[in-house]
Amino acid sequence: MSKLYVARNPRAAARSLDGEMMIMSARDSTLFTLNKTATILWQSADGNTPLDEIVTQRICPEFDIEPGVALKDAEDLARELASHEIMQVSDAPIAASASSPTTQRNPPTGNAQ
Amino acid sequence: MPTLTEREQLSLLIEIGGLAVRVNTTDPGFLRLLQDRYAGYVGGPDRALSAAEVEFDIELVQPGLGDPDADVCLTYREGRWSLERGDFVAEWEPAKRRGWIRQSNNPYSIDAVLRIVHTLLLAQRGGLLLHSASAVRNGRAFLFAGVSGAGKTTISRLAPADTTLLTDEISYVRKSDNDYIAFGTPFTGEMAKLGENISAPVAALYLLAQGSENRIDPVSPGDAVRSLLANVLFFAEDQDLVQAVFHSAFEFVSRVPVQRLTFVPDSRVWELIK
Repeated sequence: MSKLYVARNPRAAARSLDGEMMIMSARDSTLFTLNKTATILWQSADGNTPLDEIVTQRICPEFDIEPGVALKDAEDLARELASHEIMQVSDAPIAASASSPTTQRNPPTGNAQ
Repeated sequence: MPTLTEREQLSLLIEIGGLAVRVNTTDPGFLRLLQDRYAGYVGGPDRALSAAEVEFDIELVQPGLGDPDADVCLTYREGRWSLERGDFVAEWEPAKRRGWIRQSNNPYSIDAVLRIVHTLLLAQRGGLLLHSASAVRNGRAFLFAGVSGAGKTTISRLAPADTTLLTDEISYVRKSDNDYIAFGTPFTGEMAKLGENISAPVAALYLLAQGSENRIDPVSPGDAVRSLLANVLFFAEDQDLVQAVFHSAFEFVSRVPVQRLTFVPDSRVWELIK
């Protein structure tokens, strides 16, 4: 099975506040609040470290989770974030990346008045 | 769209939040309609028309252009903003500070254009347009945010006599050196009453909730940012501006107390707001 690489999309706005990492998609203004696992993934997504290495070396030591399950979860998460253009996923290393991930969404923009 | 000639042009300066927009029309009736609609926000004789951030030529067309309840489409291409809704089409070239609006003779279309333009102007300046009522009491501004039905109009109606309403619907907030300033707006909600054209430093943002008692509860910084962003009016899918609004929300929360205000619909709630 080929390696998967993940990178933060520099176009996404990201900020940590009081221990919470929040990311906003520049494409559709979707707001993500990352859980602890997703925050580790986001912070580790440098474009050069394979996803399985991120999972085994940085996520699994922090949580009591089976590596295969963690890798599947991380891959699903990375692909979801990629669908909002806040993370890049590739089966080759990704050059020049910047920072992101997860679970809660808010529609932050207003509607026409 | 052809520009209006000097001879036939009638102009008006509409100044909201200290940012002026000049509108040009050839229709005296439409000019009067705008003067009435934006009474209190129309630049006085001491304000030069050249002070405008943006200048729009308005082309009036027959009614029936389209559905005013349609979604706004806002795009930026080759240095030009295009704004479109069922009932209007507009363009704006920021570098030239010029634009045009095509709409029928009504106050609602241009009102929507002004709201959109101000969201863009504010985003570039660290400010925000918020779905919230706001009022000044004892020289300080209080914002009351919430979706429709949360109580913006109710709390505005309950305001005591020593309170000045800035808006019952759309709050206008600009960043100052070390704090935020709330301005009155002509953007109205159910009360259909223009806010007073004054400003004051923002003392607090309250997230409205209706309940069985009046009380103020703390809100975590994360919840404050999420709630604030959920109430920001912003239309552009523009990377730089989305980032600007995102970071402005964090900046706001770092400087302004954000709390949850639960209230029963009677005037005693204002005893908590001083």
